[in-house]
Amino acid sequence: MTTATASHDDHADHGHHGPAKGIMRWVLTTNHKDIGTMYLWFSLTMLFIGGTMALIVRAELFQPGMQLIEPEFYNQMTTMHGLIMVFGAIMPAFVGLANWMVPLMIGAPDMALPRMNNWSFWILPFAFGMLLFTLFTDAGAPNFGWTFYAPLSTTYAPSSVTYFIFGVHMMGISSIMGAINIIVTILNLRAPGMTLMKMPLFVWTWFITAYLLVAVMPVLAGVVTMMLMDIHFGTSFFDAAGGGDPVLFQHVFWFFGHPEVYIMILPAFGIVSQIIPTFARKPLFGYASMVYATSSIAFLSFIVWAHHMFTVGMPLQAELFFMYATMLIAIPTGVKVFNWVSTMFRGSMTFETPMLFALAFVVLFTIGGFSGLMLAIAPADFQYHDTYFVVAHFHYVLVPGALFGIIAGVYYWLPKWTGHYVNETLGKFHFWMSFIGVNVTFFPMHFVGLAGMPRRIPDYALQFADFNAIATVGAFIFGLSQLVFLFILIKTIRGGEQATDKVWEGAEGLEWTIPSPAPYHTFAEAPHVK
Amino acid sequence: MTLKLPESGSQSGPKPSNTALKLVLAAIAMFGFGFALVPLYDVFCEFAGINGKTAGPVEKVEQWVDTSRTIKVQFITTNNDGMPWEFETLQEEVEIHPGAWTQVAFWASNPTQNDMVGQAVPSVSPSEAAQYVQKTECFCFDQQKLKAGEGRNMPLIFSLDPDLPDHVRTVTMSYTLFDAGAFAE
Repeated sequence: MTTATASHDDHADHGHHGPAKGIMRWVLTTNHKDIGTMYLWFSLTMLFIGGTMALIVRAELFQPGMQLIEPEFYNQMTTMHGLIMVFGAIMPAFVGLANWMVPLMIGAPDMALPRMNNWSFWILPFAFGMLLFTLFTDAGAPNFGWTFYAPLSTTYAPSSVTYFIFGVHMMGISSIMGAINIIVTILNLRAPGMTLMKMPLFVWTWFITAYLLVAVMPVLAGVVTMMLMDIHFGTSFFDAAGGGDPVLFQHVFWFFGHPEVYIMILPAFGIVSQIIPTFARKPLFGYASMVYATSSIAFLSFIVWAHHMFTVGMPLQAELFFMYATMLIAIPTGVKVFNWVSTMFRGSMTFETPMLFALAFVVLFTIGGFSGLMLAIAPADFQYHDTYFVVAHFHYVLVPGALFGIIAGVYYWLPKWTGHYVNETLGKFHFWMSFIGVNVTFFPMHFVGLAGMPRRIPDYALQFADFNAIATVGAFIFGLSQLVFLFILIKTIRGGEQATDKVWEGAEGLEWTIPSPAPYHTFAEAPHVK
Repeated sequence: MTLKLPESGSQSGPKPSNTALKLVLAAIAMFGFGFALVPLYDVFCEFAGINGKTAGPVEKVEQWVDTSRTIKVQFITTNNDGMPWEFETLQEEVEIHPGAWTQVAFWASNPTQNDMVGQAVPSVSPSEAAQYVQKTECFCFDQQKLKAGEGRNMPLIFSLDPDLPDHVRTVTMSYTLFDAGAFAE
């Protein structure tokens, strides 16, 4: 990719220069494509680190009893796995895709705030360096779960919690800056004729996601700041002995936490809404309803947070309100699934790798949505709460949901980035191994969860042994097949069949009008959109 | 679309720096909102009467006593994790008429070798009854300081507002004792 873009710039004679040489290119770059690439590699690295932690957890759970690790270390692994996957793998991957594709899709020359863009990326390695380094301290890494409920994360926390707090502050600042950049780019740098209702859905979903980020990441920063003050400055936000309230923590955390789960899925909705029309060779069914559905989901995400805490002791009226508000989300989500299916109806479908991942997304995300509806039923939730059913639910929406969406997007746009087609045989192999692996891992968790197996416990009762053994086998299939993904990425970057500008026969949009690989600078003169 | 947003590209839109500034201010405001949730949470719970918290000391006024019904009031004591004091109620339950002032006592002793400070946190069940509990004196209003080995009777003087809904026949008043050494006044 580097050589291709460099040779392009050798021919450029109107003053702008190509990428600098060596490491400083990446440190100092303000180019949206460079920064997007760095985000994507960073999140892939985090995916492998967080994935290794997940495999340590699954290996311990392969058999009942304590086999491999100490319970204290198990708690650190589940906590760090969650934090790294949410904040390190999924979110930066979406920001990376936005960096690469939003300017190309709206005909902008770059992101609106390129220096801030550089900064928002380069904060991340330090934030996660600080979080990961706690693993090597005497106190050990954070062990209170990724939701870090007080007082477990304050009064009873290991001393490394302060590093965790500052790490969260830094990744919050990074996310907010990234979100501001995306909003400003979309509002200000669209090519003439690119009206809001002509924007590709990936741009729309990211636009809405960015507003969610600006609204709730500061609340997360606020709640960890309260923890910091409780731990070090003698306040008692969450300590009942000093007049505080531990339940307050859960309210403030989930006020951030529920919009956060939509932050992790809306961009994936956008990616799938790009891919399905391309391979069904039909325009997206119900474009406007997709935009309104996404906006509705974003609005509803602010008024459902307490469905995470039905068992905390809420009055009946509150349980009813949060139950019905949560179920309401099924309507716009159902609109989206209906539109994807209708787009495919009577389309001339082909099943290249990105389409396979997008189709798996639609099916498996819907399964995760249905288990979410089950969890939304307040009286039933008392049975499901804190069991593996919850683990199965959110892994179905996050792994074959968000992660498959990201992988689908990478396969879809990789020929545009590198100039090379992906080897379809390898891509399909990766897909089928991932598809089988993810279902073998997470489907049995529904059963053990309904039967009462609690989450976050390193040991379990004997009757859960068979399903746990199956899940562990699935986890290793899924984990190892991501090495195939890494191999495919490197192989495609290094060479392969030359991609055309349009890349896919059914592709529509500005990003397919520029050469493959995308030159270092694009749309220096804004295209006109009819 | 009724959004008032620029409908096309870079020529007619707002200046990027203005948009960015507004968004930065929005982010700072949301940081403040996170902290505003702390008092809002208490205000909302008090308004809706939903988390079983009781109000602070009230003036003792003689009020109409509803002798037509009798409410069973039960007392529960709990030590928070790691709190070594002995803490118990001297009456398991009393039967009172709404409006009548009643005095009960709790016993606390500090069996450790150190002077300690405790704080009892009250809760009322059913939570809808919380707003009808009137206390003129409660050991839970203040931190309790006990020297090593010291024990003490602690009074609670309360009544139930005669407006207490008819379907409430039993009220449970629960006190959880915390080690408040870190917050000693």
